[in-house]
Amino acid sequence: MSVTFCGIELAHPLINGSGTFDPIAAERVFGGELAERFPFAAFVSKTVTLDPRQGNPPPRLWELPGGLINSIGLPNKGLRRFLGEDLPRLAQLPVPVIVNVMGFSREEVAELVCALDERDEAAGIELNVSCPNVETGLVMGADPWELGALLNQVRPLTGKPLIVKLTPNATDVAAVALAAQEAGASALSLINTLRGMAFDPRSGQPWLGATTGGVSGPAVRAVALAQVHAVAQAVEIPIIGMGGVQRGEDALDLMRAGADLVAVGTESFRDPAAALRIAAELDQLLAKSAI
Amino acid sequence: MSAARTVAPFGRRLAPVTAREQHGAYVVLRCDDLEGPHPQAGQFYMLAAASRWGGGEGERPFLPRAFSVLRAHEDPAGGVELAFLIEDVGPGTNRLCELVPADGLLLLGPLGHGFEPPRGDRRALLVGGGVGIAPLAIWQDRLGADTPALLGFRDAPRAEAARLISGARIATDDGSVGHSGPVTDLLKRKLEFGGEGLEVYACGPPAMLEAVRLICAEHRSPAQLALESGMACGFGACFGCVVSTLEGYVRLCVDGPVLDASTLETVAVGH
Repeated sequence: MSVTFCGIELAHPLINGSGTFDPIAAERVFGGELAERFPFAAFVSKTVTLDPRQGNPPPRLWELPGGLINSIGLPNKGLRRFLGEDLPRLAQLPVPVIVNVMGFSREEVAELVCALDERDEAAGIELNVSCPNVETGLVMGADPWELGALLNQVRPLTGKPLIVKLTPNATDVAAVALAAQEAGASALSLINTLRGMAFDPRSGQPWLGATTGGVSGPAVRAVALAQVHAVAQAVEIPIIGMGGVQRGEDALDLMRAGADLVAVGTESFRDPAAALRIAAELDQLLAKSAI
Repeated sequence: MSAARTVAPFGRRLAPVTAREQHGAYVVLRCDDLEGPHPQAGQFYMLAAASRWGGGEGERPFLPRAFSVLRAHEDPAGGVELAFLIEDVGPGTNRLCELVPADGLLLLGPLGHGFEPPRGDRRALLVGGGVGIAPLAIWQDRLGADTPALLGFRDAPRAEAARLISGARIATDDGSVGHSGPVTDLLKRKLEFGGEGLEVYACGPPAMLEAVRLICAEHRSPAQLALESGMACGFGACFGCVVSTLEGYVRLCVDGPVLDASTLETVAVGH
């Protein structure tokens, strides 16, 4: 089941969605067995920003029928400490590491990309473009022109694979995807979470500390299939498909829709080893469909 | 603090339910963790029913639920027999309370960081509220049955769970059993009269823990608090369970659930 993705050799097509697995914390919990049975063929880091972030005030989670809303708010220690403390540890994982970054302006993204370009431990860079550009007010990944302008600025700064993580909260995701391809993106990943909200039944107030959050899990699977399908019709670059994958069948559906790799996210919360099971199920399904 | 932490097998596993006991308003669920290691007192497991997890009220539950381990015993046949204390308060606990022997329980754990032994020559005092008495039972098993315990409950049906802990003094909100009023009344009295040299171990609702924190601070008594927070994963992946400490947010699942009271500015009450 080995695959090549943007020149990176992977043992199988299942990776993690950014922000859904922390190998450094998991090593404390599961010890050496984590590395022995590491469930993903590549590891995508949680989003790294230039400055440290505490994240959103709790509560941060709300359970849904078939999924959850999270409003975590991208807590991270900031670029400098990520590069000094975390990246060397992530590099010891038995799989390639892709670093997810987010900036609040094109200059910030450029600084993040430049810093990672110098680090051999990063096999690729994924851009989280689900936040507004503080200079233009436009969500970078929701507007084709805005995303094109960002990539025109940062693409020349690195020879590493540059993956753009698309937000589903866009009017026309295929148009955004095409703009990313034209401006030199190496690959696309989708879908990020869908914006959602819940009310506290007792107080009548918004439940989440940040009012709204992102919906993930099987509840968004059909949306993911439609968006991956629409994007795959529009572009030629590789696609990482994700959204509610729980079984090999779900991963196969995303590949049918046009994904080259499939990411597991929320299902890893329910079972950290879920991706191992899904990879085995996918392997069987692919073997069957090849006959 | 050194790590009161047993490393968990990677991935969730199936453990057959061996017993379901009703203790007043609570259910004690026992299971055979065939491959599992022995947990530390204060550690927890993420639990889900192997079948019909989902399809309850509001089509939930979806995520597993976090439970401190109530008791753990070596099983002569291999593995560990684990017990959990459950109160039916929502779709997840409702489904777990339905389980009967031979049903399957999916579990991940042991997770988190448990209780540390008392500092120096201090003696332990256990303070529990409601379903939060669970980790105090296994801690008393380790420390000795003569370890004193103060337990608070809403009413008599809930106070039946006090039998799970040896020699406990009881308080109830409605006065039907023991002292009428919050368990922290008993704690206050204990610390005021002959409470020197104690280290307090507490678990219960946030308002109780905040009261315990304040009383212990006033009497300069060290305290270890087992907190609760909604969790999606239990192993540091989702960042959903953070609590505020003097050093910022920490993930309760990997840095707790037992936190030293001195690291907290307050125990957040409200959610």
